[in-house]
Amino acid sequence: MQGTVRLMQGNQACAHAAIAAGCTFFAGYPITPSSEIAEELARLLPRMGGKFIQMEDEIAAMAACIGASIGGHKVLTATSGPGFSLKQENLGFAVYTEIPCVVVNVMRGGPSTGLPTSPAQGDVMQARWGTHGDHPMVVLAPASVREIYDLTIQAFNLSELCRTPVILLYDEVIGHMREKTEVPDPSQFKIIDRKQSTSSPDAYLPYKGDEDDVPAFVRFGEGYRYHITGLAHDERGFPTQNPRVVEAKQRRLHRKVEQRREEIVAHEAFLLDDAEIAIFAYGVTARSARAAIRTARKEGIRVGLFRPISLWPFPDLELEKLAGQVKAIVVAEMNLGQLIYEVDRVVHGQTRIVAYQKASGEPVHPEEILTAVREHR
Amino acid sequence: MFDYEQYFRREMMPHIWCKGCGNGVILKALLRAIHRLDLSKDQIAMVSGIGCSSRLTGYVDCNTLHTTHGRALAFATGLKLARPEVTVIVITGDGDGLAIGGNHLIHAARRNIDLTCLLFNNQIYGMTGGQVSPTTPEELFSTTSPYGNIEAHFDPCRLVEGAGGTFVARGTAFRTIPLEKLIAEGIQHKGFSFIEILTTCPEIHGRRNKLGTPAEMLQALAKTTLPTGVLRKTSAPEYTEVCEGIIARAQGRG
Repeated sequence: MQGTVRLMQGNQACAHAAIAAGCTFFAGYPITPSSEIAEELARLLPRMGGKFIQMEDEIAAMAACIGASIGGHKVLTATSGPGFSLKQENLGFAVYTEIPCVVVNVMRGGPSTGLPTSPAQGDVMQARWGTHGDHPMVVLAPASVREIYDLTIQAFNLSELCRTPVILLYDEVIGHMREKTEVPDPSQFKIIDRKQSTSSPDAYLPYKGDEDDVPAFVRFGEGYRYHITGLAHDERGFPTQNPRVVEAKQRRLHRKVEQRREEIVAHEAFLLDDAEIAIFAYGVTARSARAAIRTARKEGIRVGLFRPISLWPFPDLELEKLAGQVKAIVVAEMNLGQLIYEVDRVVHGQTRIVAYQKASGEPVHPEEILTAVREHR
Repeated sequence: MFDYEQYFRREMMPHIWCKGCGNGVILKALLRAIHRLDLSKDQIAMVSGIGCSSRLTGYVDCNTLHTTHGRALAFATGLKLARPEVTVIVITGDGDGLAIGGNHLIHAARRNIDLTCLLFNNQIYGMTGGQVSPTTPEELFSTTSPYGNIEAHFDPCRLVEGAGGTFVARGTAFRTIPLEKLIAEGIQHKGFSFIEILTTCPEIHGRRNKLGTPAEMLQALAKTTLPTGVLRKTSAPEYTEVCEGIIARAQGRG
C-alpha cells in the first residue's frame, strides 16, 4: 500500500506517528515549542480509545507515563528545555526499572528559560547524561517532518524491544516547520511490542534478563505480584546492596543496548563517496549543510554530509571509517561545542576537525557552512 | 488470630523500621482492611515514594511500586488511568507527600481520581536521619532545626479538603480498630480518598525531643486535639470514569 501525502508540521507528525506506533497513553505539561504534540494527542487519543492527561507539572507527566507503562500501555511524553530538566530524575527511574517510554525533547535556546520560540541544539549532552548515575541512553535525532514520523515509530519500537526509555531529540525548526510529507501506510513499517513473560507467576523473575539481556514483562494486575523499585534490586525486584548483584544489573543494563547496536545506530551519508571534506551535522543544521554542499559541488569542492540519526549510541565505527578518507570534518552545531567532542574522540587525530558553532537562537545558514568549507578545502 | 503472613513477603523480612515505630501498626491495620473488603492481592497495586513509610510496599505481596521522592501520587495517577480496574493504594509520609510531593496531593484531590492515599504523619524525616518536616510542631528540635523549629506546621486534611478531596479522614496508630475501618471506608470510596494517620517516630524524633517511651508516644496520639474519623465525605464524578466518557464521546458513542 502507498502512503498518503499531506502537508504536516513536525510536532503533528510526531503525534500521528505515536498513534501509528501503538501509543495509547500520553501525559504532558504545556511548554513551547513542543505543545502541539500534546494538543494533537488530546484530540486523537480518545478517538482511538487511548488516554490523555495534562499533569500538574513535568515531573508528574514523566511519572504518570511510567505508571501507565507499568499498566501495559505504550506511553509518550513531550517537552522542551526546562521541562526536560525536570523530567530527568524519573527518566532515570524508567532506565533502572526498565519501563519502556518515549520522551520527546524539542530543543529551544537555553540555559534556563532562554529562547522559548527559537531553535538550539544545546541539550545533546543532557539527553545522554541528564539523569544521574551511570546508565545507557538511546537518543534519535530526526531532520525532517517525515523523519520525525519514522523515528517516532522507531523510538517506540526500540523502547519496547530494549525496555528502556528512548529520547526523540529535535530542534524547534524541525518541530514547527511544515512540509510535504508522505505518511507511510501501516504496511510499510513494523511495530514491536515488549516481550511478555511465558513463565508462571511463581517462577517469574521480573529482572532476570533473557539471552538478549532484556527481562520479560508482565503488566500489573495479572496475577504476577512483583516489586518495582528505584533502589538497586536483584532479579526478583527486591532491594539489594550485594556488590555482585548490583554490578551484574548495571552491566546488563548497558549490554542490552550495546548488543542491539546494529538495530539502533543509524546515520545518513550524503555525497561522501568522493568527498575530501565532510560536514558533520544533525537536525536543522544538516539541512543547511545539504544546501551548502550542493553549492560547493557546483564550485568543484568535493564535500559531503555525515548526519548521525542516532546520537546515542554514537555512530563510532561509521565515523571512524570516514575519518581515514577526508582531509577535514566540519562539525556544525547550534551550541558552543557538544557533539564535536564525540567526533574528536572517534577521529582521534586521523583528520582535521573544524568547528562551526552558532548560539544566537538562529539556525545555521547554508552560506555560513559554505564559507567554512571554502576556508578548509 | 488474624493471619498477617498471607500478605507478607517473607523474603523481605526483617523490615527496616526501628523498634517502637508506629508504621508496623498501620501496616497491620491496612492488611486487615484489605482482608475485611475481601480484595484479591492480584487486584491491588500499592505505590509509594521515598521515606520510612514508603518502604511498606516492599513488604506486601501485591503489585508494588516504590517510586521517586514525592511522586507516588503522580505514578499512581498514570497507573490508575491505564488500569481503572486495579485498586491503587498510595503510601506516603509527611515529607514525601506534603513537602516535595505536595503539588501532586493537591491535584490528585482536585481530579478526584480513585486512589486511596495513606499519609503516615510522624512529624519528621526519619530515613534521612531526623530533619524538620512540614508537620514538625513549632519549636521542636531536629537535626536541621537545632534551635527549635521556626516554621508553622500545617494540617494536610484541611489542605486536601480545600483542594476538593471527596473523602478526607484522620486516624492514629493508637486506635487501630477505627483506623482499620477508616482505611476500608477509604478504599471503598469512589474517588480520591485521603487518610492522614498520626504515627510515631520514637527513635529519631522522640528521643531528641524527650517525648517519652514508644508506648507513651503512642498513648499521646490518643490525646490529639485534632479531629479524627471521617472529616469529609461527598461524591463527585470520578476521573477515570469521566475519561471513559470522553472516549465514548470522541468515538461518537456518547
